[in-house]
Amino acid sequence: MSEMAAHNAHAHPPGFAHQFEDAAQQKEAGTLGMWAFLVTEILFFGGMFTAYIVYRSLHLPGFIIGSHLLLVKFGATNTAVLICSSLTMALAIRSAQTGKSKGTIIWWLVLTMILGAAFLALKFTFEWRTDYLEHTVPGAFFGFEYRPEWGANAPYVQMFMCFYFFMTGLHALHMVVGLGILTVLVIMTARGKFSSEYYTPLEISGLYWHFVDIVWIFLFPLLYLIGGRYSGS
Amino acid sequence: MSTAIADVHHDPVESNVNYLNASYGIKSWLFTVDHKRIGLMYLAVITFMFTIGGVAATLMRLNLIEPQGALVEPETYNKLFSTHGIIMVFFFLVPSIPATLGNFLIPLMIGARDVAFPKLNLLSWYLFVTGCCFAMFAILSGGVDTGWTFYPPYSSLYSHTPVVIMALGVFIAGFSSILTGVNFVVTIHKMRAPGMTWFRLPLFIWAMYATSLIFILGTPVIAITLFLLGLERLFHVGIFDPAIGGDPLLFQHMFWFYSHPAVYIMILPSMGVVSELITAFSRKKIFGYSFIAFSSLAIAVISFIVWGHHMFVTGQSVYAGLVFSVLSFIVAIPSAIKVFNWTATLYKGSISYEAPMLYALGFIGLFTIGGLTGLFLASLATDVHLNGTYFVVAHFHYIMVGGALMGYLGGIHFWWPKITGRLYPDMWARIAAAVVFIGFNLTFFPQFVVGYWGMPRRYAVYPAEFQFLNIMSSAGASVLAVGYVIPLIYLTWSMRYGPPAGRNPWGAKGLEWTTLSPPPTENFDVPPIVTEDAYNYAHAEASHV
Repeated sequence: MSEMAAHNAHAHPPGFAHQFEDAAQQKEAGTLGMWAFLVTEILFFGGMFTAYIVYRSLHLPGFIIGSHLLLVKFGATNTAVLICSSLTMALAIRSAQTGKSKGTIIWWLVLTMILGAAFLALKFTFEWRTDYLEHTVPGAFFGFEYRPEWGANAPYVQMFMCFYFFMTGLHALHMVVGLGILTVLVIMTARGKFSSEYYTPLEISGLYWHFVDIVWIFLFPLLYLIGGRYSGS
Repeated sequence: MSTAIADVHHDPVESNVNYLNASYGIKSWLFTVDHKRIGLMYLAVITFMFTIGGVAATLMRLNLIEPQGALVEPETYNKLFSTHGIIMVFFFLVPSIPATLGNFLIPLMIGARDVAFPKLNLLSWYLFVTGCCFAMFAILSGGVDTGWTFYPPYSSLYSHTPVVIMALGVFIAGFSSILTGVNFVVTIHKMRAPGMTWFRLPLFIWAMYATSLIFILGTPVIAITLFLLGLERLFHVGIFDPAIGGDPLLFQHMFWFYSHPAVYIMILPSMGVVSELITAFSRKKIFGYSFIAFSSLAIAVISFIVWGHHMFVTGQSVYAGLVFSVLSFIVAIPSAIKVFNWTATLYKGSISYEAPMLYALGFIGLFTIGGLTGLFLASLATDVHLNGTYFVVAHFHYIMVGGALMGYLGGIHFWWPKITGRLYPDMWARIAAAVVFIGFNLTFFPQFVVGYWGMPRRYAVYPAEFQFLNIMSSAGASVLAVGYVIPLIYLTWSMRYGPPAGRNPWGAKGLEWTTLSPPPTENFDVPPIVTEDAYNYAHAEASHV
């Protein structure tokens, strides 16, 4: 800790860490580090996507019934909300890059947080609540006896709902982490840590935020849309 | 701390301020961001975990002295081999060289002050320790009996042991691996000293780079797999349970997608260490530098497409089996390239037999046996006979112990003077290396034979005709245990009483030998500039005493 302070004393730019030679090296390292981390995240979600696709091909009728249980309007609204939040995040970074005032950066960051929170609110209070009331949450209260029309497909409907909750739950967890990161960024911005010279934390947090959005862009069609929702009957 | 740094800058030669004595007290260690201290903290934790795994192995070998089991109930035996496997794989071998020597050496070898993200490095250590705590808790509350592979549906529905806690421990320790991998990749890409081009890097760095790629690409998959397993067990919803349409084979595919590359997480770093040792003690430039460097990357890539050879008898498609068999033969090629290059490096070298070199030579022989017996198991028809027998156990112990652990011990002995600034008694070290080699072969060679005869692994009892070979194996295990205790004693002794090592006790090449022993907190008095290739021993010969 204190050796960092000692180094920072020699007129280094703000946020400069002692192990680097210069600010450019630090920025490259931070960016590469985030990309490498996102690769691990892709494989983390990738395991679940693989399992989902394998089981979907094995138990297609049950998965189609399951897909029809989801509330596509909320899913679509949430998709729009998240895409907007990616825009506001990018605008926050752009504001820092072009040397806009602290207030402007904070405004875009807070707007991003509001959109992120709106996504979670829609997910938890409307979608998941409805699932609970309609006995589509896997477990002891799952609607085996309430939905006789599922017949032999009922276990696979439950399996679909498992994957729905695991995948969207893991995604929501990443959103919550993202909101935490945004809170830290707001505080750092308010303390004047960023300028057009140095805004790496904003930029790499943006990478993370966009990544979480892109995961949703894959989840939404995979869970809500494919499976003949609009075909035939 | 800042005054200590200032001293180093003003008085680079005479100063004896180093990373060990720059500050004192438990807090100066627990909150350190110095890669060298973090490496030592890993060393302490994994040595402890190794002891736990070793005790479990000892109890297993004691039990197998008698055909009916000499010591424990079969249920306890199941827990012993599970504990041994889980601890040794996830909490010793995977972090062993990367987290200790890798952490300590990567910045020193590439001429950097620290890794790219020192705080993340400390976080990795805390995650690892948290994982260890969960694992120890699971062991103390009875231990799990699933084997280290956690196959469902037994692990998810039927086992009455704390599977979730153990899986959570592995899951958390996995994130330590991921963050370490990210840190190393960025460090090697971005932190190299001026003049340290990719093809001047020591081969240890190439090996660590390849290992880090597997950390990044493989570990998240085992994490999500264990996560799904835990959910199935906790909430009794079907993912892998065939009773409700789940597919246990999917778990095996996902498990081995990580766990086969994980074998290379364990062996690649040792290969890197051996490349350093062979050159240093034969005083020769490495033969075929770029072949060894690229074979590390080739191993990392190919290791991801061979996992199906663990599943030849599980009911995967015959055609998949054929492809996996061919690919498994192919992954042997880069390993063989390394062995040939090391041998060619030895040719006409001026070889000396200090303790690290004994480990390195032991590595080459034992790894070759382990690798060649792996080809038996990569052949479809042979594997049907040998699958699930002690032949498999012997094979992977030749790789994991004869290979990975020998490399680890060789590396610890080689860089110990750099880490502590002290020399250990070389004669004791040579004796210990010989004891390890003899004990190892006595333990595991009989297992090839008894496995070929048909003794299945993971059983607490066996037919009486296998007893003689089992007694040989158990006797060897006790010799091996002695071989592990001796270094523990003299290395501990040397930390306090060993004679000072000086900067470069072996006359070895490499940036880490140009700085003080132990190195100062910021590693180099003057930031190094590299002007020559790695292993330039032709020039060193004249100046070396």
